[in-house]
Amino acid sequence: MGVDMNQNAEKLLDIKDLSITYITDDATIYAVNGLNMELYRGETLGLVGETGAGKTTTALAIMRLLPDRIGKITSGSIRFDDVDVTAASEAEMRTLRGERISMIFQDPMTCLNPVLTIGDQIAEVLESHGITSKEELSKRVDNILTLVGLPPERKNEYPHQFSGGMKQRVDIAIALACEPQLLLADEPTTALDVTIQAQVLALMKELRQKFNTSMLLITHDLGVVAEVCDRVAIMYAGEIIEYGTVWEIFSGTEHHPYTKGLFGSIPSMSEGQRRLRPIDGLMPDPAVQLQGCPFASRCPQCSDRCTAEKPASHRAAGGNIIKCHLFEGEDAGGGNDAGTAG
Amino acid sequence: MPAPLVEVKHLKKYFKTPRGDLHAVDDVNLSINQGETLGVVGESGCGKSTLGRTILRLVPHTSGEVLFEGKNILSYDTRQMKALRQDMQMIFQDPYASLDTRFTVSQIIEEPLKICRKEMGKADREKRVKELMDTVGLAQRFVNAYPHELDGGRRQRIGVARALALNPKFIVCDEPVSALDVSIQAQILNLIMDLQEDMGLSYMFITHDLSVVKHISNNIAVLYLGQCIEHAPTEELFANPIHPYTKALLAAIPIPDPSKRSEDREIIRGEVTSPINPPQGCRFAARCPYAGDECRGKPIELKETRPGHFVACMKFF
Repeated sequence: MGVDMNQNAEKLLDIKDLSITYITDDATIYAVNGLNMELYRGETLGLVGETGAGKTTTALAIMRLLPDRIGKITSGSIRFDDVDVTAASEAEMRTLRGERISMIFQDPMTCLNPVLTIGDQIAEVLESHGITSKEELSKRVDNILTLVGLPPERKNEYPHQFSGGMKQRVDIAIALACEPQLLLADEPTTALDVTIQAQVLALMKELRQKFNTSMLLITHDLGVVAEVCDRVAIMYAGEIIEYGTVWEIFSGTEHHPYTKGLFGSIPSMSEGQRRLRPIDGLMPDPAVQLQGCPFASRCPQCSDRCTAEKPASHRAAGGNIIKCHLFEGEDAGGGNDAGTAG
Repeated sequence: MPAPLVEVKHLKKYFKTPRGDLHAVDDVNLSINQGETLGVVGESGCGKSTLGRTILRLVPHTSGEVLFEGKNILSYDTRQMKALRQDMQMIFQDPYASLDTRFTVSQIIEEPLKICRKEMGKADREKRVKELMDTVGLAQRFVNAYPHELDGGRRQRIGVARALALNPKFIVCDEPVSALDVSIQAQILNLIMDLQEDMGLSYMFITHDLSVVKHISNNIAVLYLGQCIEHAPTEELFANPIHPYTKALLAAIPIPDPSKRSEDREIIRGEVTSPINPPQGCRFAARCPYAGDECRGKPIELKETRPGHFVACMKFF
């Protein structure tokens, strides 16, 4: 399934060997280490990982919004459609942001401007991308509010007059105002209650189909991933350690030990198991550059080689790509895709 | 049949606001048996935390009773309460905000001993702190560390150790794992369950995460706008939910299995209405697809549908 998609669909985003560091007074933080990722038109890719895995840093790098002077792309390239994001001028980036790539942030409570009405905040995006006539603006704002399920009469109200779920709808409205090709959704439902989360996920699905938007969905909730994603990348300590279609990741038998640990950690709704099987230990300190596999210190199947040598990517029998020494020699005709997760 | 350790009867907690009374907890009846766990679930703002805090008398109640080992503790005076507090402890949601940043790990765990076990000498206290750190799986090398040096999982372990310091009988766990990553969350849940087995603790486990609550609870109470709308043994509730809100809550959880994608699942519309001067009758009626005239106007009581399973709904029972 994944292979068909690769051949027919057009690549929208192509990240190669991306490394990002944050340089602080105390230490250099290696946030992203040699990340490879591609995203096709109309596809939703889930980027899954725990706090500090580098998910948000990756998204910020795609928008080139890493903090000045502190955050640096040390190697690699990010290609969005016909633009080389790492080399583009600031003026080029400004036309890209909001119009062709836009982002939904995790916390709907803090990312809206409290002193502007929501109508003005949506109009601001449209204005800065070339729509100037007042009538046209007002019409577009009404349309987009209706689209996300908010009554247009409320466009003159301020963020504090809305609930969390409604604010997240306003965020989505701002992100979709210019009908972007790529939507970066950074934990869009984490701050919401389950019933509201279900509403927002349904809305995002519907809008994605309408505009054929590609989406990078950052989350730590495997339930959300199973619900909306086509493909999944599991991220750990700044690397993608497993990559495949949602079916390969959720149902295949061969997985990276970390992926197994992640699934063992979630309390199941269907099975009656009493004890969870958590992963022992913690994520390695990102201020230390590791010789070997980043998961080695927590891995139950760790060998001497794992601490000494970085594993390459291997294609497992199920089709998913795993970055682990255990799967060496199992490459099931990886072909040109084998480098995807590498 | 174990005897109930904690019984809550017609408990109410109203907050005064300029626009009227906010009904945070409104006529809730519950009981928690010795050595068992009651899960309390609901969305944000439904009064879960206020319920836990009112039971522990961290906020004053408006009316009702809380019986602990058969005695109404809401009528206790300060001195009686101080003695009782040793038996009732709390684990807080946010391991970043609930620890004093200027105390070391040992000072934090030691503090309850200093207050309530005045007869203990310094050496005894140190020994007890070491024991507690072992119990919750904190390495001894952290004994002089400050909370900011530790990650969320370890901080939550400090919170657990502090709650255990005085050998309590009952602990209110207020979303103890919702601020943690899944792999760490599983470690803390296992710890909380192990402690229950070893020490016979009773828990009230407050959470918005139904998969967690299913995992850890014997009984579950579903709260909506300050009222308990369904109350049943865990297996029974998940196998046979009756109230439309409980059903919607269960249907809204994304299941980590792509073959169970629910393209056409029923999503409840609307959002939680205001708890300030709520209307008489079913509080869920405004969002409920089945609501009729009989659901409005008069209070709806919890009734037993089958042994142990209580529901407050006019339509389905």
